[in-house]
Amino acid sequence: MRATEIAQIINAEIIVGKEIAYDLDVETACGSDLMSDVIAFVKERVALLSGLTNPQVLRTADLMDIRLIIFVRGKKPSEEMIQMAREQGIVLMRTHDTMFVACGKLYQAGIKGDS
Amino acid sequence: MIIEYIIPRLDFSAAGKASTDMKHRLTQLGLPPALIKRVAIAMYEAEMNIAIHGDGGRAEIEISKDGITTCFIDHGPGIPDIELAMQEGYSTASEEIRDMGFGAGMGLPNMKKNADELIIQSELNKGTTVQMHFRLPAGEP
Repeated sequence: MRATEIAQIINAEIIVGKEIAYDLDVETACGSDLMSDVIAFVKERVALLSGLTNPQVLRTADLMDIRLIIFVRGKKPSEEMIQMAREQGIVLMRTHDTMFVACGKLYQAGIKGDS
Repeated sequence: MIIEYIIPRLDFSAAGKASTDMKHRLTQLGLPPALIKRVAIAMYEAEMNIAIHGDGGRAEIEISKDGITTCFIDHGPGIPDIELAMQEGYSTASEEIRDMGFGAGMGLPNMKKNADELIIQSELNKGTTVQMHFRLPAGEP
């Protein structure tokens, strides 16, 4: 599924990477606020849903080759994070949905879990 | 080739820089992506441990034909029970640290899973040294 379709489903605003979102294809996702769990359990190139907004989310994404991060509960990334995402070529989105609701909508739309 | 990184205490803006920098260096060397990912993940966990628990410290990374050896050294409080710290989900991180997304208790297990060898030496009130080795696949330079 294109990242732009994902944005539509969860009514998300694309903060960074509008120009690459259309061509970014994502089939699996992971929702977590614990970055070590993301590192331990993610195997594929997932979309990461998180309510955590600190630079470590970007570092985790960099390590795990994650290209799409969706901030839930309306969380706003800092300028530093936005800059890091630009440099790393990562798409950042923000939805007002809660983690549960955002994951539920995407699962229903056919996005799979990473296991 | 030996590369050294300084890891500041509780600086979450800087923490993780060593592992992401190493990931990019190893990519430039043309090493296999799966190996690079294992090194970067294990280094990241070690780096975060030093920033969170070890009062800051340093990392020395040696790249040779035998593989990649990483050594993380801190002079923090030490680990009282290494076996317990190795258990998945066990963490002594504070509530404040957990709120920042750490303290899942997966750090040492993640290192063990990704490194070919892991040696932890720790002395209470003196510090901890974590050494990891990653073998190069046969045929790599």
